[in-house]
Amino acid sequence: MKNYQAIIIGGGSAGLSAAVTLKKNGIEDIVILEKDCEPGGILEQCIHNGFGLQTFKEQLSGPAYAERYVRMAEEAGVLIKLNTMVTKMTADRIVEYVNPEEGTVKISGDAIILAVGCYERARGAINILGTRPAGVYTAGQAQRYLNIEGYLVGRRVFILGSGDIGLIMARRMTLEGAKVLGVAEIMPYSNGLPRNIKQCLEDFDIPLYLSHTVTKTFGKDRLERIELSEVDENRRPVPGTEQYFDVDTLLLSVGLIPENHLADEAGIVMNRITRGPVVDDTYMTSVPGIFACGNGLHVHDLVDFVSLQAARAAEGAAGYLKDRKDRGRIQKVNPGENVSYTVPACVHPEDVRGNVEFFFRVRKPMDEAVLEITSGDKVIRTMKKKKLMPSEMERAILTAKEIEGLSEDVTIAVKEVLS
Amino acid sequence: MYDIIIIGAGITGTMLARDLSAYRLKVALIDKENDIANGTTMANSAIVHTGYDPKEGTLKAKLNVTGARRYEQICRDLGCKYKVVGAYIAACGEDEEEHLKILEENAVKRGIPYEYLSGDEARREEEHLSDNVTRVLNFPTTAVIYPWEVAIACAEVAVKNGTDLFLNEEVASIDKKENGYTVHTSSHDFETRMVINAAGVFTEKIAAMVTDDPGFHITPRRGEYYVLDQDARYVNHIIFPVPTPVKGKGVLAVPTVYGNTLIGPNSDFVEDLDDNGTSDEGLAYVRNNIGKTMKDVPLYRSIRTFAGLRPTSDRHDFVIEEAKGAPAFVNAASIESPGLASAPGVSQYIIEQFVKKYFDLQENPDAVMSREAPVILSELDEEARNELIRKNPLYGRIICRCEQVSEGEIVDCIRRVCGARSVKGVKKRVRPGMGRCQGGFCEPLVLEILSRELHIKPTEVVLDSVKSGILESENR
Repeated sequence: MKNYQAIIIGGGSAGLSAAVTLKKNGIEDIVILEKDCEPGGILEQCIHNGFGLQTFKEQLSGPAYAERYVRMAEEAGVLIKLNTMVTKMTADRIVEYVNPEEGTVKISGDAIILAVGCYERARGAINILGTRPAGVYTAGQAQRYLNIEGYLVGRRVFILGSGDIGLIMARRMTLEGAKVLGVAEIMPYSNGLPRNIKQCLEDFDIPLYLSHTVTKTFGKDRLERIELSEVDENRRPVPGTEQYFDVDTLLLSVGLIPENHLADEAGIVMNRITRGPVVDDTYMTSVPGIFACGNGLHVHDLVDFVSLQAARAAEGAAGYLKDRKDRGRIQKVNPGENVSYTVPACVHPEDVRGNVEFFFRVRKPMDEAVLEITSGDKVIRTMKKKKLMPSEMERAILTAKEIEGLSEDVTIAVKEVLS
Repeated sequence: MYDIIIIGAGITGTMLARDLSAYRLKVALIDKENDIANGTTMANSAIVHTGYDPKEGTLKAKLNVTGARRYEQICRDLGCKYKVVGAYIAACGEDEEEHLKILEENAVKRGIPYEYLSGDEARREEEHLSDNVTRVLNFPTTAVIYPWEVAIACAEVAVKNGTDLFLNEEVASIDKKENGYTVHTSSHDFETRMVINAAGVFTEKIAAMVTDDPGFHITPRRGEYYVLDQDARYVNHIIFPVPTPVKGKGVLAVPTVYGNTLIGPNSDFVEDLDDNGTSDEGLAYVRNNIGKTMKDVPLYRSIRTFAGLRPTSDRHDFVIEEAKGAPAFVNAASIESPGLASAPGVSQYIIEQFVKKYFDLQENPDAVMSREAPVILSELDEEARNELIRKNPLYGRIICRCEQVSEGEIVDCIRRVCGARSVKGVKKRVRPGMGRCQGGFCEPLVLEILSRELHIKPTEVVLDSVKSGILESENR
């Protein structure tokens, strides 16, 4: 069985960034396993602009952003196996993959970096009643048909969910001549980035129905009509509020879920909120030597953060490959008031490797709030925050010094300031 | 001129078509849908009941037992999944335990193996069984299948043996002739000596074309289900509540052939014969009643909900008889649960009682009653898999990541006799889209393969029926 220093599963934005960083850190013997026929992952179908502001200080399309990383990977001499699907991964770091050239092959890695991406929540995971005709797609599916294959899926469209892909597709399909009749969001606030609400809906006069959901579909062969209902504060449809729209297409943009099957099978501890693995300050999972990053770890809002976190996971893996000592005591970093999760979820005060940046999301929109990081009774830091949205990822840093001094678990909370 | 026309390519019609194809007869199998097994056979609990449940003296009781006995061999011959999982009838309290005795009596009379377990013994096997369950009657030989897989395989064998299959042929009218019938469909006029009406919920409508008094009235009962992710690993056995006369077999937890879990069904009468949409009340009933026998039901792991229609009639038994005033026109009606399990019995019964009355049956020496099982890559060992991939690299390209289905398997299922003609047809045969992403990733790839293999434009590829197009227009 061939052994690599590091196996990277997934050749999208996370996997490519991780590979480039590994090489920079002197880890030469690595391989990326990518299921598609080209690297780049989901970026390849995101032909709109807006990627790379943080990383490259300029606005790029998805494929252009991917291209930069592909080039960096090529220059660094990263081996990428395409058309290669990983079928199994075990806790002792053996990976089984299959591709047309080699068939089924088992390899082992001193380290593994999971960069597997996420999938879209489908109709079955949400409660839409009625018939099951053609014409119901996830937003990403419709995006693929349009941007990769070159086909429009329908002419009269309704979109459920105000996630960013749904918003982007509202604009894209309008520009291609379809009529988008509306976007419904079950929450009282949008789940997409504010800039996308403005540029994709408001600029095209597409109505956004907040606190609404699609409750029923009609049509035997192809979708003919949908039922839209208002929901109460418990997100339950309110009888008597039904409206009907005659549409041939319903796009679902109702959430992304990390592709967690491989991690789950390997017995890696998962976070119930993110549905990705739990990781420490080096992005290592509960299984030694297996690291996670990208949307397969938790779903990001910006690809720049995916690249950034993947680089940190690669640094973590490089550190692990150079020195596998026991890192000592663990202090957890827990989500507190109004915070749904934190990544990473713990630090090692006896083996501090620098400042640690935490990524988290707030549970509800807040105009003004105070970020509070505490450890036991001790307040480590407070910081004023404005305009917080669940759709946007928040960040907070603990300095190396602060981590060294920890003797109790850390809580990151966001306290709303009501004016 | 056909000897026999079978209307309806569900499990009843296809099983009969296969059995008839052993004889020298000219048979046609026709269906209004774009695929085999698209009605009741597509949406049910997928169980081969052993036959302990139907009331003594009914046709259901008789044909369930004879049908179930044939199943395992049939599945082996057809290369179809037949997974023995066992059925737990879970009683809560003394009254329900008392009722188990009726099922036990049936089982003794019909030679069906069974055993009793205490509530705690059963909970050791099934950790999610409710704490209220006091006693369990286990029927260990109960199996689950993929109903549509068996129907498709039966049709394939029949067609290879000479049966003509016509899809997308809705029967418009039937004329009675001197020595048979003319069946008029959307595009054909079929002359035949005998008609077998196996049209599921539409049997009454078809029967009414030749008789003023069909002798039964169909009011479909809708059953709705949740499908849980394989990773939920929720049950090992089928878990039934104790049956009641009013609500039938109750809400079950069923482990499927590929490790998903079905939770359902409800049982609500509907007027519309096409109304297989899910409903708020129906799914609420399922949610509220599964707790009778089960706990910690992970409905948050639901990947799909669906509904199917049972062809229930006012006769409360299978109705298999010649239509009044219409000789050689046989209704196979009211084939509700346990219709799937009974299908091989129903088929034999029709041949014995009716076909033999009109035909002097000669065996067809060229008939082959089995078929080669399709390749399922994920079930092969490494060596066998690599051997296949070496010969045909398409087996090395995985299209569906959730179910690990390769391009080779998809191409096979399209090229096979009675092959897939739609995205759903591919899903029924080799499973891409059955998993947790529900086709989010693989549907565009399956569509592309269908377009290539069927030599049609991508815009002509359909989800299911001929009018269920997926792509509206080419964009550039």
